[in-house]
Amino acid sequence: MKGLLVHGRYLLADNRVTFAAFLLFLAFVAAAVLGPSLVPYDPLASNTAEALRPPSRAHWFGTDQLGRDLLSRVVVATRLDLAIALAAVALAFSVGTCAGAAAGFYGGWTDRIVGRVIDTIMAFPLFVLAMGIVAALGNTLANIVYATAIINIPFYARLARSEVNVRREMGFVEAARLSGNGGARVLAVHLVPNSLPPMMVQVSLNLGWAILNAAGLSFIGLGVRPPTPEWGIMVAEGAAFIVSGEWWIALFPGAALMLAVFCFNLLGDGLRDLIDPRRRT
Amino acid sequence: MTGTGGPTPLLSVDDLSVEFRTRGGVVRALEHVTFHVGRGETVGVVGESGSGKSVMSFALMGILDAAGRVTSGRVLFGGLDLVRASAPELDRRRGREISMIFQNPRTALNPIRPVGQQIADVLERHAAVPRREVRRRAVEMLARVQVPDPARRYAAYPFELSGGLCQRVMISIALACSPALLIADEPTTGLDVTTQAAVMDLIGELAAETRMATLFITHDLGLAAERCDRIVVMHAGHVVETAPTAELFRAPRHPYTARLIAATPRPGVKLADLAAIPGGLPDLRGALGPCRYSARCERHAPICDGGRLPLVDTGAGHLVACRIPL
Amino acid sequence: MVGRRFAAALPGLMGVVVGTFLLTRALPGDPAAFFAGPSASRQAIEEIRARLGLDRSLVAQFGVYVRDLARLDLGTSLSTGQPVTRDLLARLPASLELTLSGLLLAVGVALPLGVLASTRPGSLVDHACRVLTTAGVSLPIFFTGLVLVYVFYFLLGWAPAPLGRLDAFSSAPPPRSGFYLVDSLAAGDPAVFLASLRQLILPAVTLGLFAMAPIARMTRGGMLGVLGSDFVRTARASGLSRGTVLFTYAFRNAMLPVITTLGMVFSFLLGANVLVEKVFAWPGVGSYALEALIASDYAPVQGFVLTMATLYVLLNLAIDVLYGIVDPRVRIES
Repeated sequence: MKGLLVHGRYLLADNRVTFAAFLLFLAFVAAAVLGPSLVPYDPLASNTAEALRPPSRAHWFGTDQLGRDLLSRVVVATRLDLAIALAAVALAFSVGTCAGAAAGFYGGWTDRIVGRVIDTIMAFPLFVLAMGIVAALGNTLANIVYATAIINIPFYARLARSEVNVRREMGFVEAARLSGNGGARVLAVHLVPNSLPPMMVQVSLNLGWAILNAAGLSFIGLGVRPPTPEWGIMVAEGAAFIVSGEWWIALFPGAALMLAVFCFNLLGDGLRDLIDPRRRT
Repeated sequence: MTGTGGPTPLLSVDDLSVEFRTRGGVVRALEHVTFHVGRGETVGVVGESGSGKSVMSFALMGILDAAGRVTSGRVLFGGLDLVRASAPELDRRRGREISMIFQNPRTALNPIRPVGQQIADVLERHAAVPRREVRRRAVEMLARVQVPDPARRYAAYPFELSGGLCQRVMISIALACSPALLIADEPTTGLDVTTQAAVMDLIGELAAETRMATLFITHDLGLAAERCDRIVVMHAGHVVETAPTAELFRAPRHPYTARLIAATPRPGVKLADLAAIPGGLPDLRGALGPCRYSARCERHAPICDGGRLPLVDTGAGHLVACRIPL
Repeated sequence: MVGRRFAAALPGLMGVVVGTFLLTRALPGDPAAFFAGPSASRQAIEEIRARLGLDRSLVAQFGVYVRDLARLDLGTSLSTGQPVTRDLLARLPASLELTLSGLLLAVGVALPLGVLASTRPGSLVDHACRVLTTAGVSLPIFFTGLVLVYVFYFLLGWAPAPLGRLDAFSSAPPPRSGFYLVDSLAAGDPAVFLASLRQLILPAVTLGLFAMAPIARMTRGGMLGVLGSDFVRTARASGLSRGTVLFTYAFRNAMLPVITTLGMVFSFLLGANVLVEKVFAWPGVGSYALEALIASDYAPVQGFVLTMATLYVLLNLAIDVLYGIVDPRVRIES
C-alpha cells in the first residue's frame, strides 16, 4: 500500500496539470455528493422580492428571475449533471464493450451485425441523432441518458473490437483456451481486463463529451423540466436575460459546465500521457 | 590541419563538434572531427552504428535535428563556412553544389508527389530552367540514372517503384544540377546485393563524368574498401584514423581500425574466424575521457587518459588519433 | 473513382433510411397518435394510421416509408400546415449560409494557426494554439454564443441584437439562392448586404470557434509529424525554398489527417447548428425542428433528422473524394 502511495505521489509530481485536474475532479465529486446538504439556500425556494440580483455577499452568484439563489442551484445541479453523464457513459461502456469484444473475438456474423449497427449509428450527426431518439422515445430524463448512451456506443464498440483483435492471437489467450476456458470466459477474464487501461483514457475524455451532450439537449428543452436545477437548462433560462445585461444567470452554470468538461478532458489527456507517453503532442 | 600539400580541398571539416540536448542529458555526438575531401575524390567514412557518421553528414548539410547544435569547428566548402552560413546562403548551395542521398530511399521521397516532379522541383529551384524545358530535363535525368521507360516513370509515385528505382530517383534529384560534392549516407543499406552493386556503379560513373567528389558514409568496411580512394574511420563521435584505402588496409595504425578490418567478411576467411570487437560504444551522455575507445582497447595505458588526443600525421596522408598506435 | 466512392456511400444512406424508420415506427406507444399530435381526435388518429400504413406489418410499413421518401414526401407539419419538405427547403439556405460561414472562418483561422504553431514550437503562437485547442473542445457552444452576445452586443454595442438574419428595418432581398449575402449583392443592394453580414457575424464566429479547435489541433499535429519526416529532410537538403518545403512538401502531406478529421468536425457542426440557431433566433432548419419538437409536432423532427443525416453522408462522400485527390496511394492502390 505504501509503495503504491509513493509511486502515486511520484507520478503526480511529474504531471502537475493532471494533478490539478484531479483535484478539480475531487471538488466536483464533493459538490455532487455533499453539495445539497451544504448549500446556503434551498435551490427551489423562490423569493420574488430578491429576483434578478447581481452577485453580492448574500448571494455569491446572484439570484435568478424567481429570486432563487444561483450558487445553491449551480452546486446542486452538479449531482444531476454528473449523474446523467456517468449513467450514460456507464451504459455505453458496458453495452459497447461487450458488443465490440464479442465482435472482435468471434468474428464472422457477430462482427458483421455489430459492424452494421455501429455504422448505422455513425452515419448520423451524433447530436442530431440524440435529438431524434429523445423525440421518438419521449421527453424524459431517462431518455436523455439513453440517447447519450446510444450515440456513445460506437466509440466503445470500435475500441473494444480493435483491442480484442490485437490481443486475440497473443500467447496468454491461447494458453487460457487450451486449459479449457470457453470463449466467453476467455473474453471476460483475460481479454477485457487487459484492454482496460487505454479504455480508461477514453472513458475520461468521453465523460466530458457526455456532459456537453446532455447539457446541449437540456438547453434546447429536452429531458429536464423547470424547476429542476441542471446546468444546461439554467443556461437556457439565463439566455433570455443576457440581452438585458443580467449576465450572472447564464454565466455561472455555463462556467461550471465548462470547468467540468475541461477537468475531464485534462484528466483524460493526463491519463493518456501516463499510459502511453509516446502519444504526447 | 591535414598536412597534404597540393590544391585546396573541396570540403574541409575542421574540429567539428556537435551535441544534442535530450531529456536524458547532453549527448556529445561529435567531438573535434577533422578531415577533408579533395575535388573528384571518393572518401569513405566508416564506423559502427552510432559512431556519429550520419550526424556528421547532417551537420555538414545543415539539416540537424532541432535539438542538435554545432558547438565548435567549421566546415569550409567553396570558401564558405557552412556551419555559420545563413539560411539563404546554404540554400543556394544545397542541391546545387553539394547534395545528399539518404538511406531508405522510399521514405526519403515525397509519397504524394510524382517522382519526376520532385526532380523538376530541384531543377526549377537551382538551374533556372524554363518551365517548358523542365519536364524534358527531368526525364533526361531519369534516363541518365538508368531508370527504364523514363518518360512514363516521370509520373510515377514512390510507392509504385522498387527500392532500387527509388534510390536511382534520389540520385537523379541529387545530381540534377551536377554538384561538386555528393554525400551518400548509407545509400545501399536495405537494397539487395545486385542492386547495391548497380547503384554504386552508377554513382561511380556519374562521379567520373563530372569529376564530382563523393563522401560515402557506410558501416560496411568492405564496400568502402572497394569504392573509396581514402577512408576516414570514426568511433563514438571521434575520427580515429584517416588514410588512403590501400595504406589503411596494409598498415592500420589504430587498434580499432585493425579490429574492424579483422571483423570484416572477405573471401578466404570463414565467418567463424572473424573476430567481433569486444564491448560496445560508450554512453555519450556521461563523462568521457579523451579517447573514447579506451574501455574496449587492449592496449590501454595511463598515457591515453591525459589530455586531448591529437590527430598525428604518420606520413603519406596517414593520420591517426592514438597515443600508442600500432 | 467517384462512382466507386458513391457506391461505398450507399450503405450509409441505407442505414440512415432504416435508422430513421426504426426511430419513428418502432416507438413504444402508438405511432399514429404520435404523428397526429396531442390534440388530435380519435378519427384523425385513425386517418393518419391508414395513410401512413401504420396498421400493416413492419415490412409493409417500410415499403410505404421508402415510397414516400422517393417522392420526397416527408409528411405534413401540424404547426405550419405545410408539407415538411417545403418547410425544410425554405429554411435550409439560412442554415447552410450559417454553417458555411462558420466553417470558412474556422478553416481560415485554424489552418494558418496550426501551421505557424508547428513551425515555431514553444513560441507565443504555439501556446495560443494549444490553449485554443484544449479550451475549444471544452466550451459548450451555446455558452460561447451567449458570452459573445453579452460582450459584443450588450457591453460593447458593436454587434446587433441576436434576432435572426436581419434587423427590424431591413427586408429580405429577392430570393435567388436563399443566401442573403449572395442575393443582396445580386440585387445590387449593399445596405441589405451589410445588414445581413452584421447579423451573421456573431453566430458564424460562435460556430467557427467551435470548429477551429479540432482543425487547429490536427493541423499542428500533422505538420509537426511531417516536418520531422525523411522526405522533408530530403527537400531541405536539396536546397528547396522555405515556401516550397513548407507548403508543397510539408503542408500537403499534413493535410491528410486534417481531411479525415473534417468528417468528425461536420458531425459536430451539424449538431451545433441547432444550438446556435436557438441562441441567435436564426430561422434555419434547426430551429424549425426545435419548434416542432416543443409542440409535439413529430413529422418535421423526423424530416430534419433524415435531412441532416443525408447531408452528413454526402459530406463524408465529398471528404473521401477529396482525400483521394490529395493522396494518390488511395486512388491507385484500390
